[in-house]
Amino acid sequence: MTATKAPTEPPSQQRVVRRPGDRIFSGAARTSGIFILLVLAGVAAFLISEAIPALTASSEDIPGGEGLAAYIGPLIVGTLLGALIALVVATPLAVGIALYVTYYAPRRIASALGYVIDLLAAIPSVVYGFWGLAVLAPKLVPFHEWAADHLSWIPLFAGPASTSGRTMLTVGLVLAVMILPIISAISREVFSQAPALHREAALALGATRWEMIKMAVLPYGKSGVIAGAMLGLGRALGETMAVAIILSGGGAATVNLISNSNPSTIASNIALKFPEATGLGVNTLIASGLVLFLITLAVNMIARWIVNRRADFSGAN
Amino acid sequence: MAKRIEVSDLNIYYGDFLAVEGVNVSIEPRSITALIGPSGCGKSTFLRSLNRMHEVLPGARVEGKVVMDGQDLYGADVDPVDVRRQIGMVFQRPNPFPTMSIYDNVIAGNRLNNKRMKKADTDELVEKSLRGANLWNEVKDRLDRPGSGLSGGQQQRLCIARAIAVEPDVLLMDEPCSALDPISTLAIEDLMAELKERFTIVIVTHNMQQAARVSEQTGFFNLNGVGQPGRLIEFNPTEKIFSNPDQKATEDYISGRFG
Repeated sequence: MTATKAPTEPPSQQRVVRRPGDRIFSGAARTSGIFILLVLAGVAAFLISEAIPALTASSEDIPGGEGLAAYIGPLIVGTLLGALIALVVATPLAVGIALYVTYYAPRRIASALGYVIDLLAAIPSVVYGFWGLAVLAPKLVPFHEWAADHLSWIPLFAGPASTSGRTMLTVGLVLAVMILPIISAISREVFSQAPALHREAALALGATRWEMIKMAVLPYGKSGVIAGAMLGLGRALGETMAVAIILSGGGAATVNLISNSNPSTIASNIALKFPEATGLGVNTLIASGLVLFLITLAVNMIARWIVNRRADFSGAN
Repeated sequence: MAKRIEVSDLNIYYGDFLAVEGVNVSIEPRSITALIGPSGCGKSTFLRSLNRMHEVLPGARVEGKVVMDGQDLYGADVDPVDVRRQIGMVFQRPNPFPTMSIYDNVIAGNRLNNKRMKKADTDELVEKSLRGANLWNEVKDRLDRPGSGLSGGQQQRLCIARAIAVEPDVLLMDEPCSALDPISTLAIEDLMAELKERFTIVIVTHNMQQAARVSEQTGFFNLNGVGQPGRLIEFNPTEKIFSNPDQKATEDYISGRFG
């Protein structure tokens, strides 16, 4: 781009003619943009001001009696662990579904399948919670036992196996089902927009359908998939009801997925403890909420960084 | 390795709609064959049926025979993927892969064919193909940059480099210059004159001067009216088409008189 020097005439002579429609629209857009920043700042200010008493309190006053870090630490582990399982399970599945719907399925099946997937997003999370508790958890007990017998050398499956199935593993899988529609809907959208120009370029070079997808669709849709995965991760991190219903009792910070002693998650811990909390207990819960806020913020920033890293090659130029 | 293509009684459909009817033509190796005609007359459709790109669209199909050196491209046991590896194509709008570097764009087709190549061999192939497309001197210092950062004419030559890197038997060009300025167009026309030593080239063009300049044979497509199938009206040496065509319709078209 060439930098042009601004002419040195007085600004009054180059007044830009602007039509009312332009002015109204740009004003409305700017207001919306500022509004979202204000809301975010308000939430952050509330969380920080309410969390300060817990941050400054002596450690024996914090519930648990061992300080804030010892209280929130296991919750952070639990939150990340559950969300990570969900992400690892759901993302490949969602990408597969999206590719099938956009490039493999006959058109009639594709649109029907699209509706069904979208329907998954409409189910309230409390229903997922009950389904996880009543159906999935008992069904997963044999797998818990098998994993404890055969995979116990992996820290994730150290055991002893839970007999109820109400474990971090079950939570992660339920969360995976919950975030599946978000990731697959966004992936489907970006995959279907992969330019025909580049798809035909790949096919004309003698690419098979899968090679065409690798050359022209996945690179184009990558940032969209990452964006979808991060939205899903955001939902998994913040999911409250389903986790609160399924997970049995808060335990220590452990990555053991299949035992009864699971760390709870921040959101479900707040939901469960808030009704009975008083005084500093409330501040402590809000401090944990602040941590969740920061985690989500960090996740989004990392996602943005990943998307922008190879902006030159994104196809947007 | 240039090859001859014999087309007999080719009907091309979009669903139930007959788009091109009854094409019989023989395309000579090591020469440039130009296809001209008004928009919508089916010349691009015909071109795309030569490397089985037509059937990529849902419902699109073909009847008849396209034989390349004795092999029926529409035979029951022929994989369209193999056909497209033998018959390269350059599109109307330059379409280098935006997520790949210039280097990777050139060898994209070779990566499909054989997975492993020595670094020295790929380097050599990239240079040879880019030189073949008259682009080497312009991009040799920025092979790792995205192909989409080049100008339109450079992008189109990059696409030609990509197509010739796999050493196809035939090169199909679908209005390769229609999005380019006259200087880039000239560069591509010069390139085509060099490439015809090695490849059979078929080019669709709206530019009759271009057809007259570059081609040995010219085919004129036309259709009787909207909704009617396009037909190959006349196929003759370019000189004859532009000086003394057999058909009245051809003469009307090239002299700018219609209907």
